[in-house]
Amino acid sequence: MYVAVKGGERAIENAHAWLAEERRGDMDIAELGIAQIREQLSLAVNRVMAEGSLYDPDLAALAIKQARGDLIEAIFLIRAYRTTLPRFGASEPVDTGAMTCDRRISATFKDLPGGQVLGPTFDYTHRLLDFKLAADGDVPEAPSREAAADSVPHVTEFLNHEGLIEEAPQEDTPPPDLTREPLETPAERALRLQALTRADEGFILGLAYSTQRGYARNHAFVGELRIGSVAVKMEIPELGFAVEIGEVTLTECETINQFKGSKTEPPQFTRGYGLVFGQTERKAISMALVDRALRWEELGEDNVGAPAQDAEFVLYHADNIQATGFLEHIKLPHYVDFQSELELVRKLRREAGVDQVQEAAE
Amino acid sequence: MTDYNFAYLDEQTKRMIRRAILKGLAIPGYQVPFASREMPMPYGWGTGGVQVSAAVLTPEDTFKVIDQGADDTTNAVSIRTFFERTAGVETTTTTCDASVIQTRHRIPEEPLSEGQILVYQVPIPEPLRFLEPRESETRKMHSLEEYGLMHVKLYEDISRHGHIATSYAYPVKVEGRYVMDPSPIPKFDNPKLGDMAAIQLFGAGREQRIYALPPYTQVVSLDFEDHPFEASKADHPCGMCGAIDSYLDELIIDDTGGRMFVCSDTDFCEARQLAGHKGKDAA
Repeated sequence: MYVAVKGGERAIENAHAWLAEERRGDMDIAELGIAQIREQLSLAVNRVMAEGSLYDPDLAALAIKQARGDLIEAIFLIRAYRTTLPRFGASEPVDTGAMTCDRRISATFKDLPGGQVLGPTFDYTHRLLDFKLAADGDVPEAPSREAAADSVPHVTEFLNHEGLIEEAPQEDTPPPDLTREPLETPAERALRLQALTRADEGFILGLAYSTQRGYARNHAFVGELRIGSVAVKMEIPELGFAVEIGEVTLTECETINQFKGSKTEPPQFTRGYGLVFGQTERKAISMALVDRALRWEELGEDNVGAPAQDAEFVLYHADNIQATGFLEHIKLPHYVDFQSELELVRKLRREAGVDQVQEAAE
Repeated sequence: MTDYNFAYLDEQTKRMIRRAILKGLAIPGYQVPFASREMPMPYGWGTGGVQVSAAVLTPEDTFKVIDQGADDTTNAVSIRTFFERTAGVETTTTTCDASVIQTRHRIPEEPLSEGQILVYQVPIPEPLRFLEPRESETRKMHSLEEYGLMHVKLYEDISRHGHIATSYAYPVKVEGRYVMDPSPIPKFDNPKLGDMAAIQLFGAGREQRIYALPPYTQVVSLDFEDHPFEASKADHPCGMCGAIDSYLDELIIDDTGGRMFVCSDTDFCEARQLAGHKGKDAA
């Protein structure tokens, strides 16, 4: 006998209770604190801030804890929170030239004003599991020195002086806001960059990699990669001037790409640009490569049909919150649609079967 | 819950959504872009419908949510609870008592009346999407009324299968102008779209589109003269209430392939059972 299933509400409540228990894990093991996550899993925190589009390390750490370490779920929590926040206004553009750099490297010049600063990087670590870390996390203090007082100029500026690289386009019109206007294509570069900086790291990495392997190859040199903090300034209408309201850590990547000339224009290097919240180096480099690939039209290049050149393809599929929501919705019941497909397939098969019998008889 | 505004969204956002709804009602079947917000539920789980409901709900409304026709499926329960918490509105499972009904994949069996609003959750609002993946192209096709591709697709179905092989999300033409996706309702429900007394609003959150059908709008399912549209359902009566004119879910009841068919509209089925109707599988 069939009895209609009731009690969805209780099932949901119980599932939530079980989830909370699983999140806590073995009660004999000390609970993770938000500060521990913020300090010791800071690169996860950075990714959540970057893709959540909200610079708040404590909230990002809380989201990671609540999401049991599922970073896309954590990003979702941050996005859903962010969208409810009131808007007080927009900051002035940040000046990355005045960045206090923790890391600053150039792959195009051996030495340059401001120097090469490796900073806290995994780059030259040998990827050997450090079993000592399993027992004891104490670390000796790292050597330090006073930061150079001079600001660190952008590498591309040196090329600019000589006219060897295209001028970075100067735009003073306020950029569109992806979170307040529906995305529509064709999208100008400011909007594309906005979408890329909050895009899924894995998706952007894959696309950037595809350009390196020949799908719209634009051979990128890392002209410069810098990580550090910049001041955020905002004009206060009552004061009539801008005041510093805080500081954010950013990763900026400027690539120097292959050039092309024409009869009227001499050859020049071109640019790709990446700027991401926090120490998020893989993402910033990927972003710069994809940005450069998306610029094919304005630079007069051929559309070779590569995924990374296709702005609609990239922009409509780069957001992991949209992607994961739609992907996972297929878990929801589809009884009704499936039933209508069942009826149709049965009908088509019935008719096909009748036809076969007739053919056999003839 | 007092930390959030009535029905969760802030008034500014609701105003933006209401403007999109009004534009949609003014141009029936046209997809209006709107700045969809991140909701506290995932994209693809009804965020478009939830935003539309949030924008039209008033404290005096009575709200009903169905998924696959049923009030008790988990996501319907979840959305109903969301509005109970954030809007404190009355909720009901009785179709005729609801002033706003949010639905996924079904139109209630009981005819709706003037003053009611039916809000559809829409996954892919673009009826031409699977023929042309580019939004820039499909918008152009709509503005030029260039629907040949859709007719070719339906024709190819007929030449390959002998029938139009679309059983849900069956495309319709609105007031002789826009081709519209009715959301993934079974084509059995298509005839109810046209000339309906209630307002029909369609919300696609992830795709950032809203569209609408004002009351008594002409809605025609696409077909050919020699292959007219046919609303179909499983050829059985409901096992519980005996209805012969309702859309049915098929259930597998044992491991030898035993099946039974029951109304997908749970409110309709229960009301009939209360009125004394009995199907062959009813206790």
